[in-house]
Parts: sequence; C-alpha cells; structure tokens
Amino acid sequence: MKRRKFDMAAVPGNTARAVDERFQAATPLRKLLNKVFPDHWSFLLGEIALFSFIVLLLTGVFLTFFFEPSMTEVIYNGSYAPLRGTPMSAAYASSLDISFDVRGGLIMRQMHHWAALLFMAAIVVHMLRIFFTGAFRKPRETNWIIGSLLFWVGFLAGFTGYSLPDDGLSGTGLRIASAIMLSIPVIGSWLTSSIFGGEFPGTIIISRFFIAHVLLIPALLVALISVHLGLVFKQKHTQWPGPGRTNDNVVGERMFPRYAIKQGGFFMVVFGVIALMGGLFQINPIWLFGPYEAWVVSAASQPDWYVMFLDGSTRLMPDWQIDIPIGDGYVIPPLFWPTVVLPGILVGLSTLYPFLEARYLKDYRSHNLLQRPRDVPFRSGLGAMAVTFYVILTLSGANDVIADKFHISLNAMTWAGRVGLLILPPLAYYVTYRICLGLQQHDREVLAHGVETGIIRRLPDGRFVEVHQPLGVPDEHGHGELPYAGWVVPKKMNRLGALGPAIRGFFYPIEKPAEAPVSPGHPPVEPRPEREEIGSGETRR
Amino acid sequence: MTSDNDRRRGLLARLRGRPVARSRGRRRLGAAVRLVAALMLAGGAYAVFAPGAQAQDNPPMSTAASEGKALFDVSCVTCHGRNAQGVEGRGPSLIGVGAASVEFQVSSGRMPMARQEAQAARKPEVFNRDEIDQLAAYIQELGGGPVVPAGDNLHADGNVAIGGELYRINCSQCHAFSGGGGALSSGKYAPSLKPATDRQIYAAMLSGPQNMPVFGDNQITPEQKADIIAYIQQTLKHDGDPGGFNLGRYGPSTEGVAIFLVGIVALVFASLWIAGKS
Repeated sequence: MKRRKFDMAAVPGNTARAVDERFQAATPLRKLLNKVFPDHWSFLLGEIALFSFIVLLLTGVFLTFFFEPSMTEVIYNGSYAPLRGTPMSAAYASSLDISFDVRGGLIMRQMHHWAALLFMAAIVVHMLRIFFTGAFRKPRETNWIIGSLLFWVGFLAGFTGYSLPDDGLSGTGLRIASAIMLSIPVIGSWLTSSIFGGEFPGTIIISRFFIAHVLLIPALLVALISVHLGLVFKQKHTQWPGPGRTNDNVVGERMFPRYAIKQGGFFMVVFGVIALMGGLFQINPIWLFGPYEAWVVSAASQPDWYVMFLDGSTRLMPDWQIDIPIGDGYVIPPLFWPTVVLPGILVGLSTLYPFLEARYLKDYRSHNLLQRPRDVPFRSGLGAMAVTFYVILTLSGANDVIADKFHISLNAMTWAGRVGLLILPPLAYYVTYRICLGLQQHDREVLAHGVETGIIRRLPDGRFVEVHQPLGVPDEHGHGELPYAGWVVPKKMNRLGALGPAIRGFFYPIEKPAEAPVSPGHPPVEPRPEREEIGSGETRR
Repeated sequence: MTSDNDRRRGLLARLRGRPVARSRGRRRLGAAVRLVAALMLAGGAYAVFAPGAQAQDNPPMSTAASEGKALFDVSCVTCHGRNAQGVEGRGPSLIGVGAASVEFQVSSGRMPMARQEAQAARKPEVFNRDEIDQLAAYIQELGGGPVVPAGDNLHADGNVAIGGELYRINCSQCHAFSGGGGALSSGKYAPSLKPATDRQIYAAMLSGPQNMPVFGDNQITPEQKADIIAYIQQTLKHDGDPGGFNLGRYGPSTEGVAIFLVGIVALVFASLWIAGKS
C-alpha cells in the first residue's frame, strides 16, 4: 500500500487559507496584529486589574461548585472541631467546608479574596495614572467614565462577595448596609424591606446576593471591561511625548508577537503573585468569626480596604440628626450624609471631572500625548487633595485598630481625622503645586544653562564658576535656546553619555561605567556610544 | 399671706389646707417637738443596727495574710491607703474585691502600677507566686470577695464549641474575634489575651478589672468559664492559621495594607521590568 505523503509544514498555511476563504478574516486580523502599542511601565497598571479579574472568574467558578447560597439552618458537623455542633446557615457551613474539607478549597478562597483586593487596588492605581497624566482628556472622556463606573461596580461585587460566607464579619457588614439603606429619607424603609424581603436579616438575602455576585455584577463587569478595552483599541493608546512622538501618531510595538507575548507573561506574573499571596497570607479567617448572629459584633470589624473610606466617614461624622416635624415626623439620621450623600458627590465629581477641567481650561481639542504631572500643577494638586481626603477617610475606617496597636486614644484619633479631613487636603494641594512648579523650574534651568558637571573652575581673578555642559549650541553668554517640551530633561552627565553609564538597565547599568576624567578642568566628552543593543539585557558586562 | 407665698409652700402644707395663723410661740414649740422626735428616731435606729460596743475585734489574721499585709504596706499603701480603703484620686478601695482581683492585677504585673494613666498595662510581674498568694490572703481576709478555684489548668473539661459561642457573644466585642484586643474610649483598651494564663482569665471574669464588666458565677457558670478558657487557650492560641501568615489577625485593615505593600509593589516592579525590556 502506498502511503500518501503528508506535508506537515504546509498545514498552518493551508488552514489559514481555508479559514480566510470562508470568513475573510485576513484583513481585519492583520490590522489587529499590527496594531501598535506604546511601551511604558505605567501603561501596564490597568492590565493588573484585567488579569486579576480573570483570576477572579477562574477561582470564583471553582468556589460556586461547593458553595451553597442558602440561609437554611444546619448543624455543623465538618472537620473544624471548635464549631462542631454549632447551628449555622448552610452558606456558612459550606464556606467552612470549602476551607477545611474541599481539596484546594482554602487556597482558592484566599486567592479569590486576594484577587478581589488586587482588582480594586489596581483599578485605583491605574486611575491615578490616568488622572495625573491627563489621559482622560478628549477624546477619552467616555472611557474615564466607564473606568470610574468599573470601580463602583467592583465595589458592589466586593461587597456582595464579602457578605456571602455569612460569618460574623459578613453579617455585621450587611447590618451596616441595611442601616445605610434605612437612612435614606422617605424611601429607606421600602428599599430595605424589598431588598431583604422583610426585616433584616430575613431568609432570602444570601440567595439574592449570590445571584447578583455570580451573574449580574460579573456580567456588568465583563460588559464594561469589553467596552473599556474596545475604546482603547478604537481611540488608540495615549503616549508620552518624546522624539518622534506627536499628537497624530503612535510609537511602540506591534500587537503581535512582542506585545502579546509580553502581556501573556505579565498575566502569568499577576497570577503567580495572587497565588503566592493566597498560599502565604491568611485572609478573612471566617472560622474565627463564627456564624452570624445579630448579637455578635467583634472588635476590629472592618470592611475590605476599598469600602473602608465609608466606614471612616461614618466614624468622623458628628451626630447631627435632623428632625422634620411633618405628619408623624421624619428623621434624617446622621448616617445619611457620610454614607449616601458623600459617595454620591464622589461619583458625580469623579465622572464629570474631564468635562469640568475642559470647561475651566477652555480646552476642547483632542489630546493623544500625555502630560507629566509637574506640567499641570493645578491638576496634580487636585489629585493630591483627593488622595489625601481618601486616605484620611480610609485610615479613620481602621482608627480603632490604629488606636489600639499604636497606643493612641481612640477619641484623639477621631478628632485628628475630623481636623485632618478639613486641613490636610488644601495643604496637600498647596505643597503639590509648589513641588510641581519647582520641578518645572529645574527643567527650565537645565535647558537654559546645561547639565551640572560637578566641576568647579577657578578663574585667574580668583572667582569660582561651576562648569555646565550645555544641551544645545550656546550663545555668547553660555545660554541655550532649547524649548520646554514637557518631557524628561537630562540632569546628570552620565545621561548624556559623557561620564557614567549611558544606558540604564534594570537595577544596575547595562554598560560599564566610563573612567573618571583625568584632568578635572576638562572633562573628556566622548562621542555617544552606539546604541544598537538597547534593552536586550544580554550584553551587560 | 399672698398667693405668691402660697405657691411656695410645701406639699404637706398644701394637703393640710389653708394655714391658720398661729402664734410664734406655738410654732416654736412644734419645731422643738419635731426635733426631739427626729433625734430619738435616729438614735434608736443606730442602737438597733450599729455593732454593739461589746463586739470583739477582728479575728487575728492568718500568717499568710499578715505577711501579705507587710507587702501591702510597702508596695500598695500609697494608692490604696493604710487599710486598703482607697485614696481619693489615686486608687480605689480594695474592700470586697477579693483574692481574684489581687490574683489578676498582681500576677499580670499590672499592679503595682508604674504611673497613673488611662489604664494599667501588663508588664513583668513584681511579686512571685508566694507573695501574690500572701497579698491575696490579706485582701481576702480584709473584705472578702470572689476567689479563683485552685489549680493552674482551669479548662481541663472545657468544651471549645460552647466556649467559642460564649466567647463570641461575651468577649469578642472588646477582645476581638482573634483575642488580640481592641480599643476602648479615651486611651483605654481591652488587652490581648495572648499572654493570659487560665487563672488570669478566670480571675478577670470574676473580678471585672479596669473597664471589664464582672461575669459572676450566676451570669456565666464555672463550667461555662472553663469552656471559654478552653476556647481561648486551645483554639485561639493554637489555631495554627491554616491559611498561612495571619497578618496579626487584625481583620481587613492589615489585609488592605498587605495588598498594597506586597501585591501592588511586586506587580509594579514586574511592569517596570517588562516595560524595561523593549
């Protein structure tokens, strides 16, 4: 029998041709694979959030196989002895089973929780990068709004997930959430009883939160993330200004193969960091909190870090209750202001910021080049103000733990938070503004006079002058005429290739440091070394 | 008499109706009679209730107690007074606090106090076991009060499941789910239970030291106390943290610190590394 010769090498080409003949995929795919992404470490922060979301989906699916979202009372009889024989909800019992009886369950639970914290943290860090570099400006306002919505939807996802195990901490958080909803004037009691199916805690809330947590909110997150990424593709990524980079081009790497491979590697790194944290650091030991009972509230009951600012605002709020004597009398409890009004203002301000800034600056052009924080001092100042405000509220959310562990009076912590909340944000604005102006000034100085060489020269008449290395051709006064471009200005001789290493590697220089100049009066300015091997990392030493 | 005066008269006077004008002599006589009657009543009551002059002196103290008194007179008398009756603004009276209180305060090093502050802190103890027993005997014989049962292991037959539930209901509000302690108002705090011995926990429940409420035997029975101690000593201290390093068991606040210090820092370095390789 004659064996037909099979050409292995032709298989990919034949398959691709077959696919293209049927679906006409080549042209759009080529466009996609050739898409150019600018390269800078700060552009990878959003990816941390994206990748931890993928880890959340993977670990979350695993957890749903074993979690029972029911408030039916059962007697625990699993392998954790100190709770054996205790009546508890089926949800809590199954969470304990995941932790102690399901193989790999505890690390999955911990990875899920750490990934959730990382997701929110990466969103915030990414958002700070966007804010301080002005990446939200036209045409990208929509993506900024979607991004801030992602924070709030992630916030809901986190809160519903935090409530599911039905341990003492979850129940305390739920009780606070029900109180917040109750505090809304007029509709509060209807809202609460419709969500809880009656009075708190009822018998239905865990099932409802479960379906919200595993279906509704993730679907919303996936939709928002898809639009977010789609808009990045459509509108193209912003880039830093620099040689060859203009408002109308994108300088960077092609999507395939380098960018895609790098992103794949980065996903592995994110996955690895989450897995390490899940395996090394214990998070939310639900077995110590015990089943939720309304009369059990532990000290140091805090929400996860991204909700803590609401806890802090509640702790700092004075007890100003407003009584409205209409009909049977209405009450606006003090809880309403820090937990409903404040987040409402924050959502409004943060989503509208791009439009407010454009209006203030009367700047309605499209911007594809980023700005350094120092070049827009008022925006950096506002950002510092917002960060200070948020940090003070978050710290106040943990003020009992801080007071206890650092031996400070809790009352002093509360008052420090109240005073700090009013005084520190404006102070942060002022300090940041001045720092930005100072950094700008330093850049302009180098552009005008050149780089400091560290060489002091004595003139024949006894005066001392400092020798500067001008960056451009100087005029007769030794002043250059270089324009301020809003990008990095070399500040050290070695960045010019004159003295030290010209190419900086990761942690240590790729090039060998040059010899120190022999004659102090005349530094040898050598020609720039060839830069063919920039960044390969292989040629060091 | 004006109506203004009328309003100012007492309730009894109003019940009697409108006053009739009485002579000054009659009013004086009435006052004298009332004074004499009140004095006789007070004197009689004192004679009935007060210890008689024939009552004996206190029975002689035991040897331990008199040695305890000697220690007391050196180390405690400044704040608690010559007969443990307390000194205003310095230290409370120790009459009736019992040996349990002495046991807790002295064996945990809280007493003698280093200085006046919001709360006495735990520190290395000043007295040894025998001296603590002598002090306890003195205070016990002076005014009575709760006593910790004998033995160093008070949780031998405790049930950790019941103890856990009781702990979460009664103790976790202040000492936290982990036993790590928590803040109270104005610089006061619930201390960590980590260094506490069985006897100290038992004594604290009986005597309610500093800001802690008293959990007497009619609130939490001795068996339940043993359960709680068993939960603290066996579960909280020897849980083993199956999830890894416990971050101090301070709840979500240190978890938030960890995600930024470990997670975000590690990944920002990773992104620096990846972006640096272009």
